Amino acid sequence: MTWTSLSDFAAMGGYALYVWGSYAVAAATLAWEAVLLVQRRRRAIEDLRLGASLREERHDPPA
Amino acid sequence: MREFPRPRGHADCICDTATRPPDAVTTAAKPPPAADAWTTWPVAGWTRYAAPQQFYPLAGRLLPWFAGAAVLLAIAGLAVGLLIAPTDFQQGDAYRIIFIHVPAAWMSMLIYVVMAFWAGLGLVLNTRLSSMLAIALAPTGALMTFIALWTGALWGKPTWGTWWVWDARLTSELLLLFLYLGFLALQASTDDVRRADRGGAILALVGVVNVPVIYFSVQWWNTLHQGASVNLTRAPSMASIMLVGMLLMVAALWAGAIAAALHRVRSIILEREKGSEWVSRLPEALQ
Repeated sequence: MTWTSLSDFAAMGGYALYVWGSYAVAAATLAWEAVLLVQRRRRAIEDLRLGASLREERHDPPA
Repeated sequence: MREFPRPRGHADCICDTATRPPDAVTTAAKPPPAADAWTTWPVAGWTRYAAPQQFYPLAGRLLPWFAGAAVLLAIAGLAVGLLIAPTDFQQGDAYRIIFIHVPAAWMSMLIYVVMAFWAGLGLVLNTRLSSMLAIALAPTGALMTFIALWTGALWGKPTWGTWWVWDARLTSELLLLFLYLGFLALQASTDDVRRADRGGAILALVGVVNVPVIYFSVQWWNTLHQGASVNLTRAPSMASIMLVGMLLMVAALWAGAIAAALHRVRSIILEREKGSEWVSRLPEALQ
């Protein structure tokens, strides 16, 4: 461990803005990608179910 | 055009069966003689995964392993890079940006080459899955390029005194971002899937020229960007604990990129193959 305290770690030897600015944006954009991935899959599955129920309506008219 | 053998009775995607003449459908269902070369090949078992209905469940099984590996490797890499590795005697703690900057930059180039490979394979063999894999890789590659540029700017300011310079390394990396965005825009703007795949493949293949330009730019031109710290032919010019941290982060982003691409390609398969027999039988398609 190269740090003596938590504030020492947070200060990054005076380069806090640059170091934490890099890691924060990288983490945020990667998390955003994960959210978009989940949304895209959810939308694709909703689309499948919608298509399936539409086909059912067409092929099996109510008696 | 050779097609990979696929199980009989499975409908191609809707657009295919609609546009193809009836005789083409029957020939596609019957493997051509050339397909024997694939089935007798030692790793022929892999070629059956060229069919989306085979690859979809495989990708689903592989996904948690790559995602889990990415998280564990990132924790290890960040611990080494931010907690254990000593302060650099020249750059102070600003150098710690290396643990995200270099892995992201490497992945931005690697993903582009892999994307162009799959796009090109889709162009030549007309295999549906190859083109889908190429599209699945593009957003992740664009994100890696953005991270490399962003962290580069934040590293440049304290060490060079400027956020940005129009030198060879930075400009060619920016061009890489535009190539990814162009590829994605082309896909999004063309309704005809096959035309979009072909156009995207040509763009991706032409753009491959840019990758060696990025990589060797620090040798070919006199640039502000430092030379490679890690090289295959000589010992790395950085302390071994720093190298360990960086390689852990490379492995983390590599596994994460694979996980993201597998997840995205599964969505693309569902989007493109909806209406086909096998998709409608998937558990996720049932209410």
